[in-house]
Amino acid sequence: MAFTFAAFCYMLTLVLCAGLIFFVIWQIIAFDELRTDFKNPIDQSNPTRACRLRPPSDLVVPEYSIHGLFCLMFMCAGEWVTLGLNTPLFFYHLWRFFHRPADGSEVMYDPVSVMNADILNYCQKESWCKLGFYLLSFFYYLYSMVYALVSF
Amino acid sequence: MSTAGFNSQNGTGTGQTYTNGPSQNPVALQQPPGVGYGMNHQPAYNPMQAKVLGPPSPALYASGPYQPVPPGPQLGSYPPPPAQPLLTRPQIGVLPSHTPPQSASPGPGPRQAQATPPAQATPPPPAVTSTSYYTGPPAWQYAAPWGPAPNHVNPAAAAPPHMSHGSAQLPGPGAPPTSIHGYPQPGTAPPPMNPPPPHTYQPNRPAYGPPPTAPPAGPPGATGTPPPPKVDAQCWRAASSARPPTEPDTQEGDVECPGDVAGNGPQAPNSYNHVDNRMAGAAQPGPPGRHLGHYPSLPPGYQNTLAPPPSSLHPALQAATLPYTQGPQPYQQPGGPGPDQLSPSMAAMSLQSGTPEALRVVNLLQERNLLPPAPVPAPTPCLTQDLQKLNCSPEVFRCTLTSIPQTQSLLNKAKLPLGLLLHPFKDLSQLPVVTSSTIVRCRSCRTYINPFVSFLDQRRWKCNLCYRVNDVPEEFMYNPVSRSYGEPHKRPEVQNATIEFIAPSEYMLRPPQPAVYLFVLDVSHNAVETGYLSVFCQSLLDNIKALPGDSRTKVGFITFDSTIHFYNLQEGLSQPQMLIVSDIEDIFLPTPDSLLVNLNECKELVQDLLKSLPNLFEKTMETQSALGSALQAAFKLLSPTGGRMSVFQTQLPNLGVGALQSREDPNQRASAKDVQHLSPATDFYKKLALDCSGQQVAVDLFLLSAQYCDLASLGCISRFSAGSVYYYPSYHHQHNPAQVERFQRDLKRYLTRKIGFEAVMRIRCTKGLSIHTFHGNFFVRSTDLLSLPNVNPDAGFAVQMSIEENLDDMQVVSFQAALLYTSSKGERRIRVHTMCLPVVSSLSDVFAGADVQAVTGLLACMAVDRSVTSSLSDARDAMTNAAIDSLSSYRQSALTIQQPGLLAPACLRLFPLYILALLKQKAFRTGTSTRLDERVFAMYQLKYQPLAFAMLIIHPALYRLDDLSDEGALNINERTIPQPRVLQLSVEKLSREGAFLMDAGLVMYLWIGRNCHQNFLSQVLGVSSYAAVPEKLCLLPELDTAESQRTRALVSWLRDQRPFFPSLHIIRDESQLKPHFMQNMIEDRTESALSYYEFLLHLQQQISK
Repeated sequence: MAFTFAAFCYMLTLVLCAGLIFFVIWQIIAFDELRTDFKNPIDQSNPTRACRLRPPSDLVVPEYSIHGLFCLMFMCAGEWVTLGLNTPLFFYHLWRFFHRPADGSEVMYDPVSVMNADILNYCQKESWCKLGFYLLSFFYYLYSMVYALVSF
Repeated sequence: MSTAGFNSQNGTGTGQTYTNGPSQNPVALQQPPGVGYGMNHQPAYNPMQAKVLGPPSPALYASGPYQPVPPGPQLGSYPPPPAQPLLTRPQIGVLPSHTPPQSASPGPGPRQAQATPPAQATPPPPAVTSTSYYTGPPAWQYAAPWGPAPNHVNPAAAAPPHMSHGSAQLPGPGAPPTSIHGYPQPGTAPPPMNPPPPHTYQPNRPAYGPPPTAPPAGPPGATGTPPPPKVDAQCWRAASSARPPTEPDTQEGDVECPGDVAGNGPQAPNSYNHVDNRMAGAAQPGPPGRHLGHYPSLPPGYQNTLAPPPSSLHPALQAATLPYTQGPQPYQQPGGPGPDQLSPSMAAMSLQSGTPEALRVVNLLQERNLLPPAPVPAPTPCLTQDLQKLNCSPEVFRCTLTSIPQTQSLLNKAKLPLGLLLHPFKDLSQLPVVTSSTIVRCRSCRTYINPFVSFLDQRRWKCNLCYRVNDVPEEFMYNPVSRSYGEPHKRPEVQNATIEFIAPSEYMLRPPQPAVYLFVLDVSHNAVETGYLSVFCQSLLDNIKALPGDSRTKVGFITFDSTIHFYNLQEGLSQPQMLIVSDIEDIFLPTPDSLLVNLNECKELVQDLLKSLPNLFEKTMETQSALGSALQAAFKLLSPTGGRMSVFQTQLPNLGVGALQSREDPNQRASAKDVQHLSPATDFYKKLALDCSGQQVAVDLFLLSAQYCDLASLGCISRFSAGSVYYYPSYHHQHNPAQVERFQRDLKRYLTRKIGFEAVMRIRCTKGLSIHTFHGNFFVRSTDLLSLPNVNPDAGFAVQMSIEENLDDMQVVSFQAALLYTSSKGERRIRVHTMCLPVVSSLSDVFAGADVQAVTGLLACMAVDRSVTSSLSDARDAMTNAAIDSLSSYRQSALTIQQPGLLAPACLRLFPLYILALLKQKAFRTGTSTRLDERVFAMYQLKYQPLAFAMLIIHPALYRLDDLSDEGALNINERTIPQPRVLQLSVEKLSREGAFLMDAGLVMYLWIGRNCHQNFLSQVLGVSSYAAVPEKLCLLPELDTAESQRTRALVSWLRDQRPFFPSLHIIRDESQLKPHFMQNMIEDRTESALSYYEFLLHLQQQISK
């Protein structure tokens, strides 16, 4: 029974991972709404609706930074296996971040092009994959936390 | 039969759109309204007419509408005007107590009701007075202020708008009625055909209102064949002083009446129309007498009967016993002796035998002369003639594959893009407008009822998009055209693929907005130097009365340099008041109420301002430009109402928000390497455009600059707010008269053209198909919904489609584009286009249905996207690969006999040529010096222009002018328009003895050969010798010689066909512009690009690899 730094990391990541899962579910819902916008032509022209359909860009940077924090903490704690599991996604995030639309701050999802079927499909798939990954890693962190707490 | 008596006018010419429930006015849908229409249609049309109608009843349909007979004899069949003075607008208002037919005569006795008490058969909705447009209770008054609109209208001022809106009987509120009308000189030239006396309008009326007492003996056929002058009469009212006094909503400024077409020849919107008609071909809604909706193959004899179908001829039965004719249809050259000449059944039989012309194998390497002598026609979908007649005009709605492949894998095999090209708000000269309290739509997918639905029985119809069975509303059972009951399939909605509805109030979320125009003008030193301001002010002064709108129209002005200047134009001021805001970082509106003013009330002040504006900044030394802040201010000003913002910019914005840096390196213009900076430098403009889009504000950008202006960044403001971009490189009032003229003409068209506000467009397609990507200027709000703050008649759209589910059990699929907009008169309208296409299962059928122009247009749009997201070279490769892939797929899969050479089906024979033309187009070319702005503008044009004009921009047309003859000439409005052959774009076709006209869409070049005939020089150009041709000549002199007249007729006819003004440059061998001319010689080799033959060899090499 030892409350090591590693155990602390796992506890923190456990909480944050729940947050990430929430973010991703939020994104999935948002994309789904985009795709199946209900077809009532009467309120088509409601100008306020245009804003609602801005994709969930604001959650993207928090998600990326939280995941970056995971990697940093696991590195500090010397949890190399966990770090190894997370690095692919970390590099993917880096790649996404630096290949975002060239003109700046709409971080990931450009509202004018996200309705393109290819991009929308891609974003949806990406969200589902991430959801799976975060769910699995949640249980992995739980297990690792308990393991870190009980050993020694 | 159902001569579609409803309004045959275009969208807004709606004197006929009565609010009387299901009843429409039987005005002559049947005959072509314009002179050009009738004349042009004659060849293709009459044979079919004769064929379908057969001899028995020629008198009823009488091909009369197509004959330029004087109105007299046909008018004779109408009650004389004095007998029917009552059938004008107020009369309809007087009959509000009429009940709809369902209450009057429910159940099975409808036809009696039609015969005896006719008054009951045309039920105006109860509460309608002549002041309300909407069938429902008018939910709000026009003059009523709403929202936080800067409404400075005091109660006293609020009354007149309402009144003048409702009844034009007012002696003339403000402007005289003619001035409200869009055309300043409606009567400059009498329409050449049947100028109807003013009163001819009235005999027309009986058809709308309660059935007259004296119309010829009830047979609907008689009412159904109104003679052509009627339509002219409809429009002629503008010129006639004796116009019926109560036509409130026919005074649309933006009416495009065919009569006006005849009247003002060269005016852009009008003359544009009848050309449309000419090109629309057989797909234009013809006489509804021949439209049998979903009865694909009714026996001709049946089609003649005017009586309602016997119950045994049940629609379902019909459909079951006479299925769609399948099989490849020969490629039809319009006008040629083809299957049109045969009877439908004969044609159907002949369709099934023989190889279709579209699939004739062409060896591109051997056949040199592939270009048809006339513009390439759109291919006809392989549908039964009855369906095809109903189908949407290819001018409006076009598909890259007129035969839809059954599965996505088949589509992938064909390697051709599947997509639609739309021109949804096109000026149409013949557009049925329907007013009814309920708009019949599918309950599950909300599709509007259209000609391609099937009626299971009289009470139920099956949606052709989602296949749900819907009920036919009671009201729909009544056919206002024939005034009979129980014929829902003969309603105008089911007889016309393009139709417009006046939407009831459920289609509004707020009161229809007024027309609001805000002009944002650059007045920095650079701008003053170009001298555009005086041209703009003069144009606006000239056209201020023609601005589309009603009594609520508002205008405002903002000028900017390093500060923002607002103009207080409030009523009561003696002169406009300029308010300067220098805090550009935190922009605010100095007096929010009086910056946007009612045009009618403050016209003098506005005119004063326009007169003084050019002088106001004459001596300015301010060189900076705070465009971003000006746009923000304009957005703040417009956001309560929405409207149109026209921005005039002459330099790179370099101050405040949205400031840009020059990104172009002039040394890299000709580089063969990749072109950088095609994507925007900042997202400021895009974000602002999205905000604008949310508030129903569209931004149109006029860029007049010799310097780099970063159109790639600036253009976003228009692109995502559904505006349009105009670019005048090197504009200068003295040095560049051609651009000045172009700017003037474009402005005139821009200011006076029709406009739709707060619009959305939804594109629906049959289950199984889905929309992949949109191209054009808009914001995509949902997978199938475009948000268009403004929609204008010159905007085109493209849509990529994909096949998500197999279309195995379908024989046809349909596409429907519905555009919901607010007209400039504050009416909510829905314009619906429906297109029906066959589904095929074999690859050769897919190839046979390929529409090479549409494919090229769509590929161009895709390539533009690719070059922005990826790189230009990527886009170029992709285009080349598209040609290689489709031709090799054809060779491998569709071709049975393998021959050497580069083989293509006849319908795709121009494909490699068009691809090569795209590669050499300004947008995609490399190795030739191209300014970045011009390249980006060319890309915008490819995405924005409707297909017909985009094709000219891609592949210019070359004509020889020195031997023009009247052989095969068109005759429009008594002007003879010679039709020279379209030549290949190769120097080999030029000769030093000739003079050649190259029509490249936005610009025309007239190249004079060194040894040009003396005759041509003196008779057309008015010069004595070749050496005397001036260096910069942009105008053909008006000489009174046959040659000059012919040449000018051709040039002005070409110009009239398009909504923008191409400037003409007359060039000699030594001219500076000669390289531009030569760059368009697509088939020739240049230093950096392959010749056509080399390109073919390259393709062949890649294919055989």
